[in-house]
Parts: sequence; C-alpha cells; structure tokens
Amino acid sequence: MKYNLVCGLEVHVELRTKSKMFCACSADYFGKEPNTHTCPVCLGLPGTLPVPNKKAIEWCIMVGLALNCEINLFSKFDRKNYFYADLSKGYQISQYDLPFAKNGHIILKSGKKIGITRVHMEEDTGKLTHAQVNGENASLIDFNRSGVPLVEIVTEPDFDNAEEVKEYLQRLQQIVRYLNVSDADMEKGNMRLEPNISLRREGQTGLPDYKVEVKNINSFNFVGKAIEFEIKRQTEILDQGEKPAQETRGFVESNSSTKSQRSKEDAQDYRYFPEPDIPPLRITKNYIDGLKEQMPELPSAKLARFVEEYDLSTYDAEILTREKNMADFFEACVNDGKEFGINAKQIANYIINKKPDINELLPAQLVQTIVQATKVADVGEDKLNEIIDKILSEQEKAVNDFKSGKETVIMFLVGQVMRQFPEKIDSGKVKESLLSKLK
Amino acid sequence: MLNKLNIKQAREGLKNKDFSSVELTKACLDRIKETDEKVHAFVTLTETEALRGAQEADKLILSGQDLPLLGIPITIKDNFSTQGTRTTASAKVLEDYIPPFDSTVVAKLKASGMVMLGKTNMDAWAHGSSTETSDFGSTKNPWNTEHLPGGSSGGAAASVAADQCIAAIGSETAGSIRQPAAWCGVVGLKPTYGRVSRYGVVAMGSSLDSPGPLTKTVEDSALILEVLAGQDKLDATTSPKDVSKYSEDTKLKTKNLVIGVSEEYFNGVDPEVAERVKGAIKLYEKMGAKIETIKLFDPKYAIDVYTIIQRSEVSSNLARYDGVRYGSARQSFGEEAKRRIMFGTHALSSGYYDQYYNKASKVRTVIIDDFKKAFEKVDVIIAPTSPSLALPVGATKDAAMFGELADILVEPSSIAGLSGINIPVGFSNSNLPIGMQIIGPQFAECSVLQTAYEYEQETKDEDWRKKEPEL
Repeated sequence: MKYNLVCGLEVHVELRTKSKMFCACSADYFGKEPNTHTCPVCLGLPGTLPVPNKKAIEWCIMVGLALNCEINLFSKFDRKNYFYADLSKGYQISQYDLPFAKNGHIILKSGKKIGITRVHMEEDTGKLTHAQVNGENASLIDFNRSGVPLVEIVTEPDFDNAEEVKEYLQRLQQIVRYLNVSDADMEKGNMRLEPNISLRREGQTGLPDYKVEVKNINSFNFVGKAIEFEIKRQTEILDQGEKPAQETRGFVESNSSTKSQRSKEDAQDYRYFPEPDIPPLRITKNYIDGLKEQMPELPSAKLARFVEEYDLSTYDAEILTREKNMADFFEACVNDGKEFGINAKQIANYIINKKPDINELLPAQLVQTIVQATKVADVGEDKLNEIIDKILSEQEKAVNDFKSGKETVIMFLVGQVMRQFPEKIDSGKVKESLLSKLK
Repeated sequence: MLNKLNIKQAREGLKNKDFSSVELTKACLDRIKETDEKVHAFVTLTETEALRGAQEADKLILSGQDLPLLGIPITIKDNFSTQGTRTTASAKVLEDYIPPFDSTVVAKLKASGMVMLGKTNMDAWAHGSSTETSDFGSTKNPWNTEHLPGGSSGGAAASVAADQCIAAIGSETAGSIRQPAAWCGVVGLKPTYGRVSRYGVVAMGSSLDSPGPLTKTVEDSALILEVLAGQDKLDATTSPKDVSKYSEDTKLKTKNLVIGVSEEYFNGVDPEVAERVKGAIKLYEKMGAKIETIKLFDPKYAIDVYTIIQRSEVSSNLARYDGVRYGSARQSFGEEAKRRIMFGTHALSSGYYDQYYNKASKVRTVIIDDFKKAFEKVDVIIAPTSPSLALPVGATKDAAMFGELADILVEPSSIAGLSGINIPVGFSNSNLPIGMQIIGPQFAECSVLQTAYEYEQETKDEDWRKKEPEL
C-alpha cells in the first residue's frame, strides 16, 4: 500500500530579550551557574505576580507579521495547568484561544505555501538534570531558564516530505535572525522542533484519525530522520491493517529512531483559563504599523530585490541574503565599489568564490582588493611576443601536449608567461596571443 | 492603656512626646500576652523585631521625622509575604516557609514607619469566613469567645477589636475584610480590585483579592489606604489612576448624597441586624441624604459565580505547592483546600469549561453591569454586611459552603471589583457587634469613606461606642 505523509510542525523559538518574560531577571542564562538568574517571580514563590515583558510581546508580534499573519487586536494570556517538577508555579503562562498572531504562511522555493496556524507567546520552564550526588541518584532543578520568553509557531499539516520541513525550518530560522529577535541557535536550544506525523492512504483526503508527535529533536537533519523513521514505522503498522497509536514519541539520536514516551491515555487536560494576573491586551492598528516600520527587509524581499536591482542570479542572491549581515556587507561593498567602477556582480563573485571573513574585513578593503586584482598593466605587443616566444621554446613538452589535443595545458602556459612580468597583466590577452602562435 | 488608641490618637501622642513608640508597642505586646490565649489572633508574634522597630521609630521621631505610620504598631495577616518572617497563610503546607522578600503592602507600610507586631491568623489559604479552618487553630471573637470572629481576616479583626494593636492589615477576596470586621465590630475597608497591590499576597482568587485595612475608625482606614494605594510595577492588575488624599477627603461632607437601598439585601437577614442597618439609613436621611430604593440582582446568583471563579483560580494557584518545594507533602493540605482544589479542577476540565467557568464569567459581566446601572442613580449602596451575627464556634463543621453563605451580601460587589467598607452600627441584645456595609463604584473609595465617616461622627457619642470586650 502507498501512503502520503501528513505533517505539521510546532517550533519553539527562544527570544533574546534582555530580561525574562514576566520578571526582571536576565534571560541570558545559557552556561550560567545554576539558579543564579532567578528571583521570587520566576521561582514562583507564593504571592508573586507576572508582569509581561513589552519587548517580548513586540517581538512576538513582529514574528507574526514576518510570517504574513493577522494580528489579533484583542489578545490575552492563559494558564496552562500541568504538573512537572521544572514548572515553578504548577502552570505555564501561555496563550490559548487568542494568540498574538494567526493565519500566516511561508512560501517555499517551489512556490508552495506552508500555512502558519498561529504564533503565540509563552514562558520557558526550568531544567531538570538527573545526576549522582554524593553517590545517590538525584534530580537537580535549575530555574535559570524558568520564565525565558518563548514564541511558539504552529503550522498547518502542509508538509509532504522531510525536505520541505527542512526548508521551512531554514527559512523560519533566517527570518527570526533577520528580525534579530532570537539567536535561533539549535545547539543552545534556542529553537526546538516538534513535528506531528501521520500517514494517509494515497488518494485519500482529510486528516488521518491519529497523529504522532515527536519531541527531543535538536537539529534540522534529525527532523528529517525522525520523519523518515516514522514513515517506515507507521507504514508497517498500517500495512498490517492496524492504526498507529496516538502518542508522543522521543527522538533517539544514537540510532535515528523514535521511542514512545506518552500515550493518548495519559493525554493531559491542561485546564486552560484566562491568566487573572495579567489584564487582556488591546493592540492598535497604529501600534502594528509602528512595528512594521521598525522591521527590517525580510529575506524573501531582499532576495527578490538583489536579483532585480543588482542583476544577480537567484543562486547568488540566495547565498548573499542567507544572513542579514552578509547581505548588508554586500550592499555596503556595492556602494563603495561604484567610485572605482566595480559592479555588483564582481563583488558578488568575489564574496561567493573567495568567502572572505566579513567580520574581519571592511567593505572598502574588499573593494580595494578587487580593484587591485582587476588592475591590468599595459604591456607592449613586442615585449609580450618576445616573452611568449621564450616560454614556447622552453616548454616544449607542454606545447606538444597542446598540439596533441590536450587543450587545457594552455592555462599552464598562460601562467608561465604571466610570471615573467612583475606587474599584473591581462590574462585574456596573453591567452589570445598564445593561441594565435600555437595554431 | 495606650493599646486602646487609634492611629490618629497614637500619632498625636507620639508627636507630642506624651509616650514613645516603645511604650506604645509594649502596651500592645502586653495586651497580646494577656488576651491571646483566649483570642488566638496570632500565628506568629514578632516581639523582638517589633521592639527593635519601635526603638528605630523613636529615634526618627526625635530627629523630627514625620511618616504617616511612624511608630504605630500594626498586625499583618499571615498571607502577606514578610521578608525574614515566616508566612504561612495559616496553612500547614507553608508552616516553615520564610519569604526572601516583602509583599508590596508590607514594603509600603515599612517605608511609612510601621512597627509590625506579628502575623495574624486566618482561614488556611484564606479559604473561609470563620478563621475556624486555620491549620493552627481557630481565632475567637473577642466580644464573646464562644463565637467566631468571621474570616478569613479573623485574626486581623480580632486583634483590632481586642485592642492588641492600633490597626491591622487584612485581605479580602469576597468578604474576608468586611465580614470579620462586622462580626468583631471594627471598621474594615475593601478597596477596589487593582487599587492596592497584590504582589506578595499568597494568592487565593487572583481576579478578586484586595488587600485593605481593619481599623478602629474610618479616618484610620483612610490613612492606611493612602499609604497602600497606587500602581505597582510588580502587579500588572494595579490601576494607574491617581491616589486621592483619602485621609483629608474623608472628612469632606458629600453634597446631595444619594444612598441606594435594595430589598434583595435584607432577605433572610437576622432581624436585629436588619433593624440596626435600617436605623442607620434613617439617620442618613435625617442628616440630609436622599434614600433611593433600587433593585439589584438577588445576591444568591453571585454565590454560584463567585464559587466557580474563585475555586477555579484556587485550583491553579495551589498547584505550586506540589510537594517538591516548601518542605511539606501535598497530604498536609487541609480538607477545605482539598475540596476547593477538586471543585476548581473539575470546573476547568475539558468539556466542563464552557458550562462552568465561561458561563460564570458571563454572569459576572451581567452583575458588573447591574451595579453600573445602579450607580447611575445613586452614589453608594447601603446594606447589612453579614446576614447574621457572629456565629458560635463550630458553626463551619460539615458546612462546605459556609463561607459563601456567610458572605452572600458582600460577594456581588466583590465579583464586580467594587469598593466597600464595613462600619459598626451597634450591638445585638446578645452583645455581639452589628456591621453595615457601604458599597461604592470602582475607585470611589472617597465616597465610601465620606459616607462612613459621616455616620461615625454623627454617632460618636452613642453609648454602644463605649463598650469594650471583656477578656
């Protein structure tokens, strides 16, 4: 039997705000001494109250706008109630029925639209470590991460294969980095991925009556591996006429498989209700317009403009716009290059081929390097002929090789000739003269 | 007998150097030692800190400092976080919990020069209207220790009624200041929700909790409100509205005062209570107020709304006491807390949310609108605070909805987030205090206080005001 993949994605992106979502603690927790970035609020001590971080909300709405979402003009926070030792209040402040943004999309290279269901704001939890302490098994809790702002981006089940998922993730990562709202560093856990995977018999429409959620995935490649594994696993079950269990599975890195974590029977009832400690938020059109003005040009728009404005190939433009600081560097070079008659294409070629370290190099320096590289000394015809004759007589073997059809040897001869000149000369002219003599 | 003074008198005495804060504080501590075995108003007494604080205050007074509560001994309900002093909310689960920070209310009181005497008893987690559900034993009504003080701020009300302090701080979710104030015969002010910061107050019903003063006079409540009120950057639900000079404004006479009276608030009320309150209303009429009969929703509807919303919030608010931290396992929750957690958890469960929480929220809006309409016609509404006199000890036994019924007359205004006050209006034949409530619109504390002050002034020389509890 043939099946088609039905796959949606939930991605958590940790924002790089200075302070946490609901208190004044520093959100820069990575690698810090445990429980040093905490206060009564993020520890959930009795009587403490959350006060939302304005910047985080602003950034969440920006992410929504960048993903072509509608922004809810009336929004609120809700409590998601569940028990876990790393959850200091016994509930997580999240958003339920009125997320900041909804109904957006990302367009893939193929032109396919991946629907964004919603973009909402929530807080991160603490972190549990299971370790041996004085020879005894112990669970250690570090609340440095507790209350760090997270944006959750949920897609429609629009992915047909793992490649689409990977491309979507790359685009999403690129967008949040362009907005400069998250480092989106997978290794630091700034971005966490949870695909929902099920299969549908070929030719059928509608959603399957089960879905499998996979957690603990910390690289784009592993999402692909998890999907491939699930396709295989679920196909086998379906082929036997059975239905895969609705469950949460964990990705096992060592053998690229997934393992059951929690079944439907233990499915949580989160008992969402409006967070009484935070008044609902009214967001005005003016405010949204203000945010739009602050937003940088986004990758897709920049790419299109590079192709149009600088006459670049889509391939080159894609490389140059992959990271915002690269794109900015490129444009600064183009600007500096005008004065020296260096065009955008030359700069693009240089950057793409030579891969200079743009953090070490000023745009003006790069332009000068190109200027030097393209400067050609004027060589007299006689002097050139004299040198060519000398080389041709010295390089008997090469000449013979060329004559016997090994035409690539011409570049070797060009090099030999050019080496005789202290200054840089036009290699095209050398090649031309050599060819005319060899014929 | 310095402990019998009110804030205004004590401030004058301190200022004139008639006595020191240490003497004043010692008088209160002596009274506590003399009476608290009977009353049991305290969970934690902070004698050493109080005396040290009083010494500091005396130094400041000598240096000419003038702060609104400088050197005044005050008790704090045990659900207000106090840095370095254990804060249990009268619950076993928090028996050994010492907060590393002050609640905003306590921080403001400290900055105003208060001397903290100790932490007062309450219904555990503020779940109740009797103080009988405290995990550390019930508080008794100072007027008759066979009777309950009301609650949940029962320890606070009793400490004021027994003259163990000059004033007290309590908190109200629905009735927890006004009802014990009524049963103990003291003034209890419940400010508008959002007028006083909740930061650091062990949460009960988060959309309802309002800290406020319990005092011997209306003026004292106004003075404390002036210290406590205002926006707090640690509580997103506090209002940015300007804070009035309550202590001065209270003494202004309201011109053309229109008082609303709703018959629905006298249904099933103890006849002695109803009679006293109606007598007070007549007195207002004599003083020149216009009495307007209004029709409010039967307060019984508020019980359901309040019960669902409060229990739902409670079930979530108590989730953090999960046995991992605070040193106590979940078994140490008392019966009442367990009942509320189960009720609230059920009400929020998938499939029941619309039927309970959502519907209750809608009815809440209807009740808010009902009051809004009423306040288009009247300045304040007057009603009995409690349908009964202080009930005898043991009354809450096997009465799961005791609190909701005892607080029926204060619940509607609580779920609407309104301002209100209880003032004593006399005694029953059985020598138990009778309280009357004045309800005002949101942020109309001035009208409420003015109305209360007028009655207090008019009746200040009446015989019943000279009564003292025999302890």
